[in-house]
Amino acid sequence: MFYIYCPYCEEHREEEEFHVVGQAHIDRPLDPDSLSDAEWAKYLYMRKNTRGLYQEQWLHAIGCRKFFNMTRDTVTYEIKETYKVGEQPTVV
Amino acid sequence: MQKYSGFGLLKHALSHHENWQRVWRNPVPKKKYDVIIVGGGGHGLASAYYLAKRYGVTNVAVLEKGYLGGGNTARNTTIVRSNYLWDEAAHLYEHAMKLWEGLSQDLNYNVMFSQRGVLNLGHTLQDMRDIQRRVSANRLNGIDGEVLDTQQVQELVPIMDCSANTRYPILGASWQPRAGVARHDAVAWGYARAADALGVDLIQQCEVDDIIIEDGTAIGVSTKQYGAIYGNRVACVVAGHSGVLAKMAGFELPLESHPLQALVSEPIKPILDTVVMSNHVHGYISQSDKGDLVIGAGIDGYNGYGQRGSYMTTEHTIQAIVELFPIFSRVRMNRQWGGIVDTCPDACPIISKTPVDNLFFNCGWGTGGFKAIPGSGDVFAASLAKGEMHPLAEPFSMFRFNDGALIDEHGAAGVAH
Ligand SMILES: Cc1cc2nc3c(=O)[nH]c(=O)nc-3n(C[C@H](O)[C@H](O)[C@H](O)COP(=O)(O)OP(=O)(O)OC[C@H]3O[C@@H](n4cnc5c(N)ncnc54)[C@H](O)[C@@H]3O)c2cc1C
Ligand SMILES: [Zn+2]
Repeated sequence: MFYIYCPYCEEHREEEEFHVVGQAHIDRPLDPDSLSDAEWAKYLYMRKNTRGLYQEQWLHAIGCRKFFNMTRDTVTYEIKETYKVGEQPTVV
Repeated sequence: MQKYSGFGLLKHALSHHENWQRVWRNPVPKKKYDVIIVGGGGHGLASAYYLAKRYGVTNVAVLEKGYLGGGNTARNTTIVRSNYLWDEAAHLYEHAMKLWEGLSQDLNYNVMFSQRGVLNLGHTLQDMRDIQRRVSANRLNGIDGEVLDTQQVQELVPIMDCSANTRYPILGASWQPRAGVARHDAVAWGYARAADALGVDLIQQCEVDDIIIEDGTAIGVSTKQYGAIYGNRVACVVAGHSGVLAKMAGFELPLESHPLQALVSEPIKPILDTVVMSNHVHGYISQSDKGDLVIGAGIDGYNGYGQRGSYMTTEHTIQAIVELFPIFSRVRMNRQWGGIVDTCPDACPIISKTPVDNLFFNCGWGTGGFKAIPGSGDVFAASLAKGEMHPLAEPFSMFRFNDGALIDEHGAAGVAH
């Protein structure tokens, strides 16, 4: 069970309050009309699925309902940091 | 290969069972193979076996970083069924089902395949409509299936709470009589033994840490323990680690690796003679021949490579099981463990060529690939022998994510496993 620090609520809360969304920092295509099929596939489906340090998006679903990012080790499950959307990770 | 039989058992009793032949050799790898299979789980071992047995390619190595079957293959809840909705999936899983039906004989190894039937429960009107649709689709594909009402479900499983007083009353179920369970490690060992007998080299404790690529063509792998091993074709069958191997080859897959857990109770007397699955309350249960209740959970939502699940998920599963079977509320649990499953956005596998020539992947089986082992092994072996994908494998190309021809089995297939 994770004990997660929400950067908006500025509090640690239990995992049950959160919902994991997936890989963080996936940029929306700026010019969707010019994307090839393979570029669409990359945006929609292809994932880093990193073994080790991973940046992922979480939602404080039954708290403030805001999205934020987390750096977490996918092997040890240790949470290294959480940070607001728009910010960059400091642990990479 | 020493043949196993009742007579053999008697004969070996005379020498106190001390002279059994080793189940497989433990060879040192050669420098070069026709086909290198990375991953010694069920799918990798079955692929090696059928390559040698059916497609005449015996110069094959299976490289396994741990021990054979130590991945998801011997960590799963062993449910085998073929009642998938879409034609492509139904054909593939039914191909596997037909092979399951003769597998113990074919391998001369008892995989304890028990066709005790599988129930997929419906708890809402929408569940029941989906069940009707799926059973009709199954029957059109020649796959056995029936829609049962609450009364019929209760007759099959008298100990289940089928009353209207539960939070999510059981409205009915789909029932596939030919479905069932098998002994998971026997499947890995049976394929391994039979493949070894046909000349396949099974190399354990051999971790692949790079894929050797020349001019866009895979020509071998680099291993931690034995250095470079060359192969005309390289096939990655590493389940949860597929993303790691794809990264070595320089591309991404539409997969995410999640922990999936199961747990078993202390052994009790026979009480449940079929398999019960519920998508809606999310839990599934059967009883092993040893007597333990085998219970499967859902995946943890986050990505993870640690082979364990979170307690939160265990708790949700147990709640569902106790809701269905109040009689089990005081059964004690014995063991709990996890595997790393490679989930795919459309809940279907990837059996495919890749952007690198002569490099093939068989992955994405996620939470439900045990049942497919014989069929997947056969069609993958055929593809590796020819260099062209087998017709049953064709729709499962990784490039379906480019052209949009997904095979959406999410929810459609009853439950995730
Ligand atoms: C708890 C749980 C319950 C499940 N229940 C069911 C069920 O009821 N029915 C069903 O049909 N399916 C079920 N599944 C899914 C099923 O177990 C898998 O889909 C299937 O076993 C996958 O087989 P595999 O051979 O592809 O992978 P695995 O058995 O995981 O084998 C992959 C192998 O690759 C090896 N490997 C990884 N990286 C490397 C490397 N770099 N070099 C060398 N070797 C490497 C691993 O050590 C591993 O042995 C369940 C899974 C889990 C975890
Ligand atoms: Zn918050």
